[in-house]
Amino acid sequence: MADRLRSRTTATLAGDLVAPHMRLALFLLLAPALLWLLGLIVLPHVDLAVLSLRTRVAPRTYELGFGNYRTFIDEPLYWHTFVRTAVMSIFATVCTLLIAFPAAWYIAKIARGRAKSLLFVMCLIPFWVSETVRTLGWMILLRESGVLPRLLVELGITAKPVELLYHDTTILVGLVYTSMLFMVVPLVSALESLDDSLIEAAYDLGGNGLSILRQIVIPHAAPGIAAGSIIVFMLTLGNYLTPTLLGGKNSLWFTEQIYTQFITRFNWEQGAAFGFLLLVLSTAIVWLGLVVTGQKFGDVMRRS
Amino acid sequence: MIPSLPRSLVSRCANIGYVGAFFVFLFVPLVVVAVFAFNDANYPAPPWRGFTLNWFVGSSGGRIGLFGDAPLVKSVATSAIVACWVTALSIAFGAANAFLLERARFRGKTALSMLMLAPLVIPGVILGISILAFASRLAQFANDFLGIEIDFLRPGLPLVVLGQFSYIVSIATLTIAARLKRFDITLEEAAFNLGASRRDVFLTIMLPHLKPALVGAGAIAFLMSFENFNTTLMLVGSDAPLTIMMYGRMREGASPVLNAVSLFLMVASMLLALALLRRPERTDVSRALP
Amino acid sequence: MDQDLEVDRVSKRYNAHLAVDALSFAVPHGSFFSILGPSGCGKTTLLRLIAGFLEPDSGDVRIGGHSMRGVSPNRRPVNMVFQNLALFPMMSVGENVGYGLARRDIASTEIRNRVAAMLKRVGLPGAEGKRVDQLSGGQKQRVAIARSLVLEPTLLLLDEPLGALDLKLREHMKIELKQLQADFGTTFVYITHDQSEALVLSDRVAVMSAGRFEQIGTPQELYYAPHTAFVAGFVGANNRLSGTVQRVDGDIIELHTAQGLALHARCTEHVVAGNEVEAFVRPEVVGLARDAAGLATGTPYYTGRIESLLFDGANSTVLVREQPTNTEFRIALPQTGQFADLRESEMIVFGFDPERAISFRGGNDGR
Repeated sequence: MADRLRSRTTATLAGDLVAPHMRLALFLLLAPALLWLLGLIVLPHVDLAVLSLRTRVAPRTYELGFGNYRTFIDEPLYWHTFVRTAVMSIFATVCTLLIAFPAAWYIAKIARGRAKSLLFVMCLIPFWVSETVRTLGWMILLRESGVLPRLLVELGITAKPVELLYHDTTILVGLVYTSMLFMVVPLVSALESLDDSLIEAAYDLGGNGLSILRQIVIPHAAPGIAAGSIIVFMLTLGNYLTPTLLGGKNSLWFTEQIYTQFITRFNWEQGAAFGFLLLVLSTAIVWLGLVVTGQKFGDVMRRS
Repeated sequence: MIPSLPRSLVSRCANIGYVGAFFVFLFVPLVVVAVFAFNDANYPAPPWRGFTLNWFVGSSGGRIGLFGDAPLVKSVATSAIVACWVTALSIAFGAANAFLLERARFRGKTALSMLMLAPLVIPGVILGISILAFASRLAQFANDFLGIEIDFLRPGLPLVVLGQFSYIVSIATLTIAARLKRFDITLEEAAFNLGASRRDVFLTIMLPHLKPALVGAGAIAFLMSFENFNTTLMLVGSDAPLTIMMYGRMREGASPVLNAVSLFLMVASMLLALALLRRPERTDVSRALP
Repeated sequence: MDQDLEVDRVSKRYNAHLAVDALSFAVPHGSFFSILGPSGCGKTTLLRLIAGFLEPDSGDVRIGGHSMRGVSPNRRPVNMVFQNLALFPMMSVGENVGYGLARRDIASTEIRNRVAAMLKRVGLPGAEGKRVDQLSGGQKQRVAIARSLVLEPTLLLLDEPLGALDLKLREHMKIELKQLQADFGTTFVYITHDQSEALVLSDRVAVMSAGRFEQIGTPQELYYAPHTAFVAGFVGANNRLSGTVQRVDGDIIELHTAQGLALHARCTEHVVAGNEVEAFVRPEVVGLARDAAGLATGTPYYTGRIESLLFDGANSTVLVREQPTNTEFRIALPQTGQFADLRESEMIVFGFDPERAISFRGGNDGR
């Protein structure tokens, strides 16, 4: 059925013979896409925006206005959490990039043949497992009675076990870990496409490691870096599991506020406003990232 | 820098050391989870107290193993059912979208193709709450004006399926469209020329060509659905899928039975991944994976 | 009913571009017919019109005496060998060759037998189980042809099937194709931009340009008696000389080129003194000698300096600058080895029989 939609100038037989058929086929193909995009993406988000502009003044009576956004600004806890989430997400993204880059370089440029594909697959494997499982691993490693504190005691570094969970650094480690794959894969594919002879030529012309990195490698890998960073940032900002489990009560992650408003307090209007703020922040930083690196959204998404 | 340039021994060692540390970082949490699934203690923590299979098959002495833990087993089944639905829907919609993007020509196609990517950059929590709010508004509307109660618009598995589907289908679309783009249109013409009907062409030429992408997209959809947490959290009702169940238990306290179910998950997804990577058309899978 | 293919005033337009312009021709049963033209002349469009991938805007295509108007490509008694061959990569060789038979709901044992027999006939016995990507270029070619011929079509269309092969294999496949056609007796319609393929393979050739046929004829007719300047220029090598008619004497004219060279040539069109004409002199028509006594008597002769020697075995030629006008001529060297000792800058004389040089009015070849 679908192959009726051929639309080349020279080839179509359906196109020449049965134009009304084409209309019908186009409609049939368009229907699922519209159903999905309108029903699950566009309309729910419009509804969310509308919801966020309603304030409950009395039971079952609402009035339109920016009251929910007002609350966000007036209540320091809310906007502190918001800023903190954004800053930590950016920080986590930078850390992920710095840690992933040398590893991606090794896989793309130094490893050869079977070792290369083995290393690449090994990068993928941890991410075929649920984030819940990975977080469980970190909890067992880091909690006061866990593996790492005990190891520190046995090595004589600390006198008694220390609690390594529930710190900002813990959250950061967890976020970096969870995002690693989404940075490594675009970086490896970007670096693989860099022709070795360019580096050889730069070296031959007197370049040293640093200048080659700055002038040849990074400009070439920029699309991969942008793609990886955008996705890592987006995932980190919207993460819920890692901050709540590794950060405990101190995590102060913005998605928690949304959850609290929606599920615990059942204040959907306030939750919708928070959700919208997070969406705006996420979109703004993604957009900024694209503009700064001069990338196109479609290319970046396809690349990753 | 690269092997063809002179590198000092120190830099070589530093390279290998770094990559070694990197992989230790990647694998340590998983290894720890796996190891403590077999520790003969009531709490997943050192020291090692001997090997046991209690956390898989136990049913007495306060130790209920994975296979005896009815709610946990049920949540695995729930996750599997949700994942099957999401997979089926994603493949069907993804294939239709791929044909729309690659074969049809219509006004606003570029905008539509951009919109199809949008779900990938919307945080999962927000996808969850927007669908939750919209569904419940529809349910309210149906109740107020039509006087009917539509159960599936209330938090529960149907909404979980829709919520996960809403972004997983983007990935399926990308995977299948990439494969369709590589289709040589003269193959279709050749088949027509040899007397094939449209149905024949679709079944004997197009479908075999798309099969690797369909299988790959299906596997990815299944895994992503099984692992999904953020969107599910907002839409879940009384039947908890595995990730939600585990999250709840992890907040209550630790038990090695969670390690056992995690190990079970690891083995299952590893087997699925390896089966896919062994296929000759692995490029489609690895391309679409992240 | 002897004509397997009749094309009757067929036109096809893409927006403003007339790709096929009211073409008519017929191809008799069992013959090898080629359509020769530069890329963009409309030959691929014509082939797709015959195969049914395009419908003509006007006119009719008849195959085996039946009009094909409204008949979809999967119901036409025509098969096609595609430029890239379009072998199905997901199927084995046997499945490829049996594909069309399977679509006709023929029993699978029967299909197996026919596929085996066909593969044997094209020189690939027992290749059924091979994958397509295990075959060499020439073998793929034969599978593509076998896949079509096993359906016993009235007509086999071939869309530059040798284009992707390297030179040596192309020469070999040319011969093989001709033998296959003779062996099967199927009517072949072959399109190409390579004049050597067209001349070697065909019973008849149509030279196509800008949606029209310039001339249809046997390879010999096209070569020795071109009807238009385009055909003379496109088929075979030629020295092309433009000039103004000075004198008309029956069908022999005298013309002067802009550089001042005077020469005689045959002209079948009506011309008068002062007309612009183009004359074509084939390299092998020109006789070469060290002095005037060596040339045939009674023909005009010219003196020239050898500019360069282009040795190519049996196809060796020399580039000569006529003195004093400096006009360039390409002249074939006789295969006797008589001039093997020629040197560059050497002065020689040359001449040709005006009856064997042909001229056309200028401007009708404005392409």
